Parts: sequence; structure tokens; C-alpha cells
Amino acid sequence: MAWTREEMARRAARELRDGYYVNLGIGIPTLVANNVPQGIKVTLQSENGMLGIGPFPYEGEEDPDLINAGKQTITELPHSCYFSSSDSFGMIRGGHIDLTVLGAMEVSERGDIANWMIPGKMIKGMGGAMDLVAGVRRVIVLMEHVAKDGGAKFVPSCALPLTGANVVDMLITDLGVFDRASHGAPFRLQEMAPGVTLAEIREKTAASFELGAALLEASDA
Amino acid sequence: MKPVLKTAAEALHGLLSEGMTICVGGFGLCGIPERLIDAIEASGVRNLTVVSNNAGVDGIGLGRLLRSRQIKKMIASYVGENKEFARQYLDGELEVEFCPQGTLAERCRAGGAGIPGFYTKTGVGTQVAEGKEVREFDGELYLLERSIFADLSLVKAWRVDEAGNTVFRKTARNFNQPMATASHMTVVEAEEIVPIGTIDPDAVHLPGVFVKRIVQGAASEHVEFRTVRPRPAVVAAEETL
Repeated sequence: MAWTREEMARRAARELRDGYYVNLGIGIPTLVANNVPQGIKVTLQSENGMLGIGPFPYEGEEDPDLINAGKQTITELPHSCYFSSSDSFGMIRGGHIDLTVLGAMEVSERGDIANWMIPGKMIKGMGGAMDLVAGVRRVIVLMEHVAKDGGAKFVPSCALPLTGANVVDMLITDLGVFDRASHGAPFRLQEMAPGVTLAEIREKTAASFELGAALLEASDA
Repeated sequence: MKPVLKTAAEALHGLLSEGMTICVGGFGLCGIPERLIDAIEASGVRNLTVVSNNAGVDGIGLGRLLRSRQIKKMIASYVGENKEFARQYLDGELEVEFCPQGTLAERCRAGGAGIPGFYTKTGVGTQVAEGKEVREFDGELYLLERSIFADLSLVKAWRVDEAGNTVFRKTARNFNQPMATASHMTVVEAEEIVPIGTIDPDAVHLPGVFVKRIVQGAASEHVEFRTVRPRPAVVAAEETL
């Protein structure tokens, strides 16, 4: 059984460490906020100018001056603070944010990510995604393993315009988890969702990847 | 003392011209100088280059200037919420320069600080890098980005005093602060205009030196995505006691 969106988010949340400053992208990555492991405190950054994102407001308490980067109404927490867009991206570009979790349309085996544009179709703009993948210390991509038409999304080389080149550290899909030790290293499949086979992952992946230690042992057995 | 004008039309009097470049603060519909934008629409000035993170939505904010075809070129990072924008862009009626959000903020900050350009790793290896100088520092590649200095900056504030000292509110600060520095003609639309001495000097977000004119605005009512959570049952029970 492939992981659900919620289970993918929970797996990504296991990468959080106590004290981290974290920026979560729109879509499945947002679900990571609801799955922070017990005993761990993280501060969520919103690139429109806030540290310490609180939950959605109670009905009737929405404040048009208080939104997240997805333009949704939110609330503040006791430790929250506000700042300008230039300060916000100073902390992103300057490597002061520990982790970002983003969605993607394609990831390449060299760690490239494409998630902002489909030529002739989707022309919304990159927003803050290019700054996040370039500046945040660790970049995790959370995406469905294959596209709606069944095509591979983890590919040798992205066909879509890039958001960043050689920036992805970890890829979590509904089928498994890939990571790499450095930006020069190949991706290794480290975990598979329960009941998912290596054969299935190979069939649905165009990118080349290695097997992590646990899976190597299992395949030797 | 800065001139405090009653209407947005008065605040823009003598400032608008064909083909000018205008920085407009805000993120989505949060912290947009709505009355000043409406006054630009009413003025009919055309062929504008507008620098703004977003382009409003259909019928609100910069969406109005798109509809009236007063904008020739947009420099923005994200325009997903505007159908008229997409139509004009796909039909080739509107020139668009997509700029990464952090690079856009820094281009304005740098422009306001007298810095003509800067190197950033944002966009290296992407379409954004096309035609730009790439330089290696300490083993990493960076792009040269040029700063932005506009003919006019329009920003939305929470409070401003008559010396121009400005305070923004919550996430409505966003691009308003850097854009207010990125021209020699910045007009502040503020919800509250207060006497000098009212604002704690330690709490000023934008020093008055950057502000040239002030006009009365109002608290925003626009929310793009209204997201709420249910009140917990336990609180509801307490309230009935």
C-alpha cells in the first residue's frame, strides 16, 4: 500500500529536529505542520514576513493583515514576529532557515527540481520557490511518485523549466524515501512504503538511484 | 512635516506620467495601497511599468489597472490569482518579467540603499539566469541582479505620523517597507495619521526620510483565502456556564 498524503507528511515530519526554523510549501507540505513529533518544537516561517505561524483563526476572528504565503488567514503565537519581505528572504538566502519542504512536478537524479512553470499552460510565476531551494540549508521534496497520467516524476533530467539546479537533499513520495549524502552523491532509496516492492519502484522511476544499506541487506537476503 | 492629503487623487497630483515605473507594495491583497491604485485608474495614465509581488485579483488592486490596460509591463514573482493577467500575457498584450520573490525584495532594498546590483545564488541554472552575468565566489555560482529604483512608490501602512515615521501591521509589512525606500517619491496610504510624538521612536518600521506624501487610507477587508478552525467544544461549554 502506498502512503497516503497524511502518511507522507508524517514521514517528512520525522526529519524535523528540535529548534528548527522551517518553511513549508503549499499543498501536501502544509500537512507537515500537523504532524510534528512529540517533544519537538519547531518555528514555522512564512516568506511574506512572519516567524511563528499559528493555527487558522476561529470563525469571525480572521484578520486581513495576517496571512501566510498561501494567502490563507492564520493567527500569531506568543513567540511570533513580523518583518519585511527583504528581511524574510535575507534569512532564507542567508541560510538561517534549517529546512524547507516543497512540492514538485519533477525531480532529477542530479537533484534538480521543477515546480513553477509548464510552458504555454501554467504561468503563475515562481513566487519564493527559487529563493527557498537556493538558500535553505536542507531541501525536502514531497510529491506523488508518478504524474496523474502515470508518467515518472523522478527522472534522469527535468523536461520542465527548473526552479533550482542540484538543490534537493531528500525526496519523499507515496512509495518511498530517497536521500543523498551530499550534492555530489547519487540518491539512495532508503525506505519503501509498506507492501511496496522494489520492482514497483523501479518500474515507476525513470531516474537512476542506488539502494540504501537497509534495502541492500534485504535484497541480499 | 510631510504634506497630508485628503484624497488619493490629491496625493498623486503632479506625480503621474506616461511610461513611468511604479513600485506598489503588498503581498496578494494584504497591505496593498488600494486607494492610491484606484486613483491611478481614475487618472487614466498609461504605459506603466509596475513592480509588485503580485497583480491583485480581477477587479481589486492592480487587477483594476490590468483591466483598464494601463499597465504595459509587470515585474512580479507570482500572478496566479488573476485571470485577466493570464489572458493578456498569453495574448502578448502584456510584457511580464518574472522575478523570484526574494530577488524582487532585494532589488528594491538595494535600489533604495544606493546599490546598483548584487550577486545571489537564487535562480542559478534556471531561466532566470538567462542573459545575466554568473560569477563564482568561494566555489559557488551566483547571478548578478540589477536593483530597482522607481519613479514613484506607493505603500500601505497602519500608522504614520506627520514626520512620515511609519508603522506597518502584522504581515501587511511585506514589500511595503523595501519598496518605500526604492524611489525619491514615496506616498504612504495609512489607516491612522497621528501627531508627531505618538509613535515610539524605537517602534518605527520606516523612517520618515523615505516618505514624501501621506494620504488617509482604511483597514483592509480583502481576504483571498478565508481559512478558519472550529471553536473547541470545551470552550463553548465554558461560555454557556
